[in-house]
Amino acid sequence: MIIHHPLLGPRDASEFVYLGDASLMNRPNPKSETAADDFYSYQYLRDNPMGEHRELWYHEQGDRSWLVVTRNTLTHDITKVELARDVARAQK
Amino acid sequence: MSLIDTTKTLNFTFNGKAYQGFEGDTLASALLRNKVRIVGRSFKYHRPRGIMGAGSEEPNALVEIHGAGTCEPNRRATTIKLFEGLDARSQNHMGTLNFDALAINDFMHPFLASGFYYKTFMWPKAFWEKLYEPVIRRAAGLGTLSKAVDPDSYDKGFLHCDVLIIGAGPAGLQSALNLGLGGKHIILADDDFRMGGRLLSETYEIDAAPALTWVEQTLKTLESLPNVRLMPRTAIYGVYDHGIYGGLETTTDKIGIAKPRHILWRIYANSSILAAGATERPIAFANNDRPGVMLASAVRSYKNRFGIELENTALLTNNDDGLRTDAAHIFDTRNGDYVMDVGGRKGVRSVTLNTGENVAANHLAVSGGWNPNVHLTCHKRGRPKWDEALSCFVPDTHTLPSDMSVIGAANGKFSTHGAFMDANDICEKLGVKASELPQTEDAPVKISAFWHVKGTKRAWVDFQNDVTAKDITLAHQEGFSSVEHVKRYTTLGMATDQGKTSNVVGLAVLADAIGQSIPETGTTIFRPPYTPVPIGAFAGTHRGQHFKPTRLTPSHKYVAENSATFIEAGYWKRSQWLAREGEKGWRDSVDREVLMTRNSVGICDVTTLGKIDVQGRDAGKFLNKVYVNTFSTLKVGKCRYGLMLREDGIAMDDGTTARLSETHFVMTTTTAKAGPVFRHLEYVRQCLYPDMDVHLISTTDQWAQYSVAGPNSRKLLEKIVDPKFDISNEAFPYMACGEITICGGIRARLFRLSFSGELAYEISVPARYGDTLIREMMHQGEAFDAVLYGTEALGVMRIEKGHAAGNELNGTTTANALGLGGFVSKKKDCIGKVLSQREGLVSEEALQMVGFIPVNPKDKLTNGAHFIPKGTAPSPETDHGYMSSVAWSPMLKTYIGLGFLKNGQNRLGEVIQASHLMGNSHVDVTVVSPHFFDPKGERLRA
Repeated sequence: MIIHHPLLGPRDASEFVYLGDASLMNRPNPKSETAADDFYSYQYLRDNPMGEHRELWYHEQGDRSWLVVTRNTLTHDITKVELARDVARAQK
Repeated sequence: MSLIDTTKTLNFTFNGKAYQGFEGDTLASALLRNKVRIVGRSFKYHRPRGIMGAGSEEPNALVEIHGAGTCEPNRRATTIKLFEGLDARSQNHMGTLNFDALAINDFMHPFLASGFYYKTFMWPKAFWEKLYEPVIRRAAGLGTLSKAVDPDSYDKGFLHCDVLIIGAGPAGLQSALNLGLGGKHIILADDDFRMGGRLLSETYEIDAAPALTWVEQTLKTLESLPNVRLMPRTAIYGVYDHGIYGGLETTTDKIGIAKPRHILWRIYANSSILAAGATERPIAFANNDRPGVMLASAVRSYKNRFGIELENTALLTNNDDGLRTDAAHIFDTRNGDYVMDVGGRKGVRSVTLNTGENVAANHLAVSGGWNPNVHLTCHKRGRPKWDEALSCFVPDTHTLPSDMSVIGAANGKFSTHGAFMDANDICEKLGVKASELPQTEDAPVKISAFWHVKGTKRAWVDFQNDVTAKDITLAHQEGFSSVEHVKRYTTLGMATDQGKTSNVVGLAVLADAIGQSIPETGTTIFRPPYTPVPIGAFAGTHRGQHFKPTRLTPSHKYVAENSATFIEAGYWKRSQWLAREGEKGWRDSVDREVLMTRNSVGICDVTTLGKIDVQGRDAGKFLNKVYVNTFSTLKVGKCRYGLMLREDGIAMDDGTTARLSETHFVMTTTTAKAGPVFRHLEYVRQCLYPDMDVHLISTTDQWAQYSVAGPNSRKLLEKIVDPKFDISNEAFPYMACGEITICGGIRARLFRLSFSGELAYEISVPARYGDTLIREMMHQGEAFDAVLYGTEALGVMRIEKGHAAGNELNGTTTANALGLGGFVSKKKDCIGKVLSQREGLVSEEALQMVGFIPVNPKDKLTNGAHFIPKGTAPSPETDHGYMSSVAWSPMLKTYIGLGFLKNGQNRLGEVIQASHLMGNSHVDVTVVSPHFFDPKGERLRA
């Protein structure tokens, strides 16, 4: 696979480390009354979609950017690649 | 006009017998030239087999080439370019090729039908492992592995191009010509050593001249273009995501020359053109596997390309293309003529017609029509569609890999004119002006499907795996109707040729048995590799010590000079112990290293520990998030031990972090977790807290770091550290840190840390000074009898102190379990805090780390032993925990151990049994505090 890094252009997937569902970026509020349940869902429950999936990839053999890659799990087509930091800031 | 140079003779041997061929021959053509008919034995029935095809589809002529370590089994004789000195042998026979003892299987065939193993070797159960399996294993398989080390070299390479063209027949050459002249960067790959495809084997004309003239001119033009790379002998074996293709180049079959035998190419292409041509298929009739029964196209290849006349040839065809073959007798199924049987066990002698007539013949050319080579269109789950008029599967443009186009015979355009048309069309689509269409033949496809002559005798469908039409109908009778099930039950198409000649015929036989059409019956999925790829090619140069990188510490040379025994820690090599003369075993060395360190001073290289520079205004705040304890309050010039959790509450790593300034921390990690921790920190920084002002960089390789431990460590360092830096206990107490200079101005960092429990320091210098520093310290240390110690002594001393290490931070333990529950700050959140409070992790029954000593001082403790209450039998119900680390303590003169015990902190003094079932050792141990040595920590504050 080839991932189009927003800063570095097309890079081979072997340069990256895969983490998983980008929902991991939405860390629950530890002060909430429901924190225990929230963290349980956050840590252990994942959607497993057939089709579009937003996921975290780390450019370990490169510039160490964490990326949010939108990939179709059926066709492996990658439709969007963003810097995770930009995504995290936009979510705030 | 053949493509053989009869002036260049090549000597080779087959099964030890000497033969001669010519330059331009394949091993197969050279064997036919020498009238060698039997070239192998079939997989299951050990029937004599001859050459059937002329290309990579060949199912029968599998040979071993070379010997011992260089031996390569299962090579198709049809794809081996003949060379001087080739040594080839046939496979799969017990005894000689002519008299194979296992040919008895052929007479046992009524018992060896599909599913034979499943049905027969069920009972008695105990026989499977002891009798059946070993016997079957010995009989199964084709070639054999030498098991010797392969001395050949293999390589890997990467290529990029605008367009990858797969196949150099008329369609591939014409598109390469267009695109090459149009300035595109192209790669043209073909698995043959000579480009031209079918044009090499037929007698077509192009522009009123022999087709070979056009091929040669085209290749000449292509060779002159710098933007074109021609890759003969390169099989494209796989299509992967996003325009990545796998190619196997057989650079040479010669050995003993300084050249890799195979190169595995990873080709990145913006788009690809599949011009892989088509493969002729056989027709199933009784004994159609006899040596001498060949594909009609192969008969023409051997005649036209290799100049070999196969004497007395008969032809069986169901289409016009087959009629191009020169034959003494022609049987056209469309006229109601077909072959019922073949006479001659070790080679065709006669053919029996449906009329009952016997016709003498030595060869039988068979044409059952052509299958487009759609394999590569299916590697990304594409499914071909059935074309009724052509009687074959053609690529379905809707399911092609997005960047691939298919042209020529691979696309069902079987005439040369059709191939040229397709090539010009695709080039226009790619924005390149096509050149003028060469004038050539445009014969229409005239075929009437004919698959299988029904009869009582066995008719072969899959030659390589010995699957007959009967096996397929039997599978259907037994309830297998899905083609995927039939394939696995009968092994149809599962041999090394992946059913190139057999799949469609097999499908037709199955469709007939079910009573439905071929498209209703379906097709199986093609997966990479298209042709077999040697494991050596996948390994490339990554073998032996090059399998993975080796990281050496700055002291490596020095400790090697001092008889260090090295241990691998990830990619690092660390000294495990350093033997001295007279020491009988590793324990002698380790005990001495511990005692000398605890009595005076020892030095150990700890460069391999991960070092991460953390800088920024929010560095302290950031560390509060990743460590359970607080770092924002750490004073400048101080170090602190920190424990890091995963978000699920399990301990991830630990280490000490020093604060060099308000905005600058230096973190250390364990050796093993240096990479994962750095990745985790970047994740926390970029994905969770993107607005913190903090930056990270790994400095593990930039600093050489040594632990200097023991009561004389300060005295030694005072000889190294420049005098203007006061390192007295008052000025530089336990857990102090600072940037200093040593040896007259060399930049260094000093940390007063202790893993050993002694008065101890860690000193780091830029890596280039590492070798000098350890030599200088050992030189200055002579006055104190300073010792080098390795990871074993390091381990003994940390166990004596009850410090957790990798064995304890094993991915299942919590802060509480490690006895570090008190470290978890109540005042702040950190990664893993919420989930670390889960009921099961904090209950009284949860495991806690404690120490163990044997009740009988002579008893040895064993790592991995489980704790069982005395008087009960070991079982999962009575399991109270496990031993994680053990060592012989030279200080306490006993074995000591660390381990995890249910509610351990409240069971100090209890005697429990440490049982190791694999070693059958059961030792009574007393539960004690894990702080075995100097529990008050007086030595490290001295």
